[in-house]
Amino acid sequence: MKTALAQSIHKALKRQNLAGILDRWNYPATRAKAYEGVDIEALRNQIAEIKGSAAEHLEELAEKFKKSAEARGAKVFRANSPEAVKDYITNLCKEKGVKKIVKSKSMATEEIHLNQHLAEHGIQADETDLGEWIVQLAHQTPSHMVMPALHLTKEEVSDLFSEETHQQQPTDIQQLVKVARKELREKYFAADMGMSGANIAIAETGTLVICTNEGNARLVTTLPKIHVALVGLEKLVANYTDAAPIITALPKSATSQLITSYVSFITGPSPNTDGSMKELHIVLMDNKRTAMAKDPKFKEALQCIRCASCLNVCPVYRLVTGHVFGHIYTGGIGTILTAWFNEMETTGDIQGLCIGCGKCKEICPGKIDIPALILELRRRVASKEGLPFIQKTALSVINNRKLFHAMLRAASIAQKPFVKEGFIRHLPMFLSNLAEYRSLPTIAPVPFRDVFKKINQPKSKTKVSFFSGCAIEFVFPKIGAAIVKVLNKADMEVVFPEDQSCCGIPHWGSGSFDMAAAAAAHNIKPLLADDVKYVVVGCATCATALKKEWPQLLKDQNMDSLVPDAKKVAAKTIMFSELVNKLIEEKKLTPKDGLKLQSITYHDSCHAKRHVGIYKEPRAALTAAGYELKEMFECDTCCGMGGSYTVKQPEISMQMLKRKLKNIEDTGAEYVSAECPGCLIQIGGGLDKSGSKIKAKHPAELMEDKFK
Amino acid sequence: MFNQFKAAAEAAGNTEVQRFGTNAEAFNFIEGFLKKEEIKDTPGSYAIWADAPILKGVDTTALAAKVPGLKFQVTRELSKNAKIGITQMEWGLANMGTLAQDSSAVEQRLASSLSWIHIALLPSDRIVADLPALMTKMHPGKSNYIALITGPSKTADIERVLAIGVHGPERLVIICVDELGGMN
Repeated sequence: MKTALAQSIHKALKRQNLAGILDRWNYPATRAKAYEGVDIEALRNQIAEIKGSAAEHLEELAEKFKKSAEARGAKVFRANSPEAVKDYITNLCKEKGVKKIVKSKSMATEEIHLNQHLAEHGIQADETDLGEWIVQLAHQTPSHMVMPALHLTKEEVSDLFSEETHQQQPTDIQQLVKVARKELREKYFAADMGMSGANIAIAETGTLVICTNEGNARLVTTLPKIHVALVGLEKLVANYTDAAPIITALPKSATSQLITSYVSFITGPSPNTDGSMKELHIVLMDNKRTAMAKDPKFKEALQCIRCASCLNVCPVYRLVTGHVFGHIYTGGIGTILTAWFNEMETTGDIQGLCIGCGKCKEICPGKIDIPALILELRRRVASKEGLPFIQKTALSVINNRKLFHAMLRAASIAQKPFVKEGFIRHLPMFLSNLAEYRSLPTIAPVPFRDVFKKINQPKSKTKVSFFSGCAIEFVFPKIGAAIVKVLNKADMEVVFPEDQSCCGIPHWGSGSFDMAAAAAAHNIKPLLADDVKYVVVGCATCATALKKEWPQLLKDQNMDSLVPDAKKVAAKTIMFSELVNKLIEEKKLTPKDGLKLQSITYHDSCHAKRHVGIYKEPRAALTAAGYELKEMFECDTCCGMGGSYTVKQPEISMQMLKRKLKNIEDTGAEYVSAECPGCLIQIGGGLDKSGSKIKAKHPAELMEDKFK
Repeated sequence: MFNQFKAAAEAAGNTEVQRFGTNAEAFNFIEGFLKKEEIKDTPGSYAIWADAPILKGVDTTALAAKVPGLKFQVTRELSKNAKIGITQMEWGLANMGTLAQDSSAVEQRLASSLSWIHIALLPSDRIVADLPALMTKMHPGKSNYIALITGPSKTADIERVLAIGVHGPERLVIICVDELGGMN
């Protein structure tokens, strides 16, 4: 039995219209072109500062905006709840005899399902943004925040227009747009009220800033005699000049344009065509935004400028669209906003779609750490409702390495009937989808800790500690052995603290921060027991824990006394390829003469690239060790493993893998390398299952025999 | 500054930038343009010209008589079916090829947002570098409706395929006039 979410994922994966469109767009490249000559980092800092400071002063800015706008002749109504907004607008419509409304795009009206409410009161509200109108005719919700109808084909749009106009319409996009022009023009002229949102609300001057490409907002705010703007409090900024960085970034991030065709600054009413003055009503809506601003973690989400770039780069969104991933607000940021503006409950499911790859965080113009906030949602859901029993048990077991070890050994014997050349290619019944696109690795007969004891190392004064992580310990002990071998060549003696256990990232990723902190606490002492120069890690995920997360994690869990030691570990932690590259540069490792040139392509694991920033070092080290690098397309896009993600969201994980495999195959390289055993399980298993000649190898395996 | 403005404006697509020394040359170009577009006094074929500094001292009645289909009244109904709308803008932004205008007077918006072609006049020396520079020249404290226009009305809402002329102009013709530079 599939859950409702799993069913909707399954359905969405069969319709890959949107994914194809995003591919043809090539957003990363076109976005980069739009930002040419702009100091993006400075701009992002400016926006984060402006919006962050506005979030700190929401109440003050709302009052200031009200005062400024009213001084210019607008009526400003502050509404706390969606109901208050709906009542105000329906009462206004009744009072003024409004029967027809034309709307330019407003996410805030969708958030509270305003059109439906108005229809119940006999008021017809027509969307005029082309995409919004299409979605309205289809009785659907937007699948993308900026381009709401991207999931529909031109044929489907043609059907919708034919039904609306009662005549057969063409499927040519240019002609369809002209049909919309004709139909909507009549609506503008017949409407009693125009309704809009705002991209920015300037408190200093009481100004609404509205950006559109189609020019519909200009018509909506010009032709009808009444203009109502519904504005979420998060649109407030303090000063006129604060609008400039937002207007500069929004179109570039949203649609890879320098600027939208039209930007309007509306301050108070302007005269109508008959000489009368327009009625301008501005509804400032709270709907939990103030509560969000008071939350120490989630206030950051108010820095969003709604550009939807987090959707455009998200490997999960592109597969399932906003109809699965989000509600009205879609994708990564949508998951967060939905949780606050709608309800936490639906979030329980949606937040599980984020694989935590960090692509969105890198490009967000408001500098929002979207994956961290989704993880925080996960933590809150987990601490409120608790983790499912099986998951909790599994996470407890991996914190106890001896027990984990015993269980895995039992499993390693039980798996035998399915094993071929170190991979499991078929699994029984309910687990079978896990092995559909990817063979699973087998549990090694001898774990690394026992392999290590038999390695005869030359003695050295320079000692380094090795943190294996679960995957090298139990699945890939040969990677651990290769790491020891390479470091011995650099006159380093490796110690393996026997008491080490899981780094805690699986617990952390499941929202169980207390168990993650317990894992950190367990490991710190053993790692500092010997006087070592480095703590070497061959797994990017573990490196993220040791180098980055442990000190903060312990602090957040009130285990302050361990923080100084956690910081010591962090300072000593180094990824294997990072260390090898350093040793080559210091001439402590010298590649052998006359190495046969072989070709590799390098996959950047999410943790290596975006959490610890290691991506140049493995390339440099491998190149020095005689490998010709053939870069693949999207080398730093997630392979779909994501730890337990592949078990929880197998269908999405497999689709992400398929794309990764294609990109790898296209390079024609002999090997694909990644410094992350999780990625190697996923990619190596995928290559095996598809019968590829390309082998997935850890940098240590590729370099073990390459140095003098 | 002008060259940068012209390049950026034309890069927005379906936009052309002309430059003339004198008002007379600009009028000459517009007359020729209207003739080429076969302007005539029938719905969907006429041009409307909103009040503009360049028209100061110009006998618009005589001009309208000379060019059939050119109207100087910009009303709600006339703007609905105009083929061409002509307005005068106040500032240009060199980095994005953007035009800026105080559009508080409704005629300015009607003439520039409903026709198929928008002809925008611009004093050549009123091109500033970018948006922050514009913000030192135009302020919501003085203008109720500031409009920025860059290129034609466009959409990519169906399959992300670009389509021009959704609700407003599908062509933007910018005429920079040096003689206008000294005004204000």
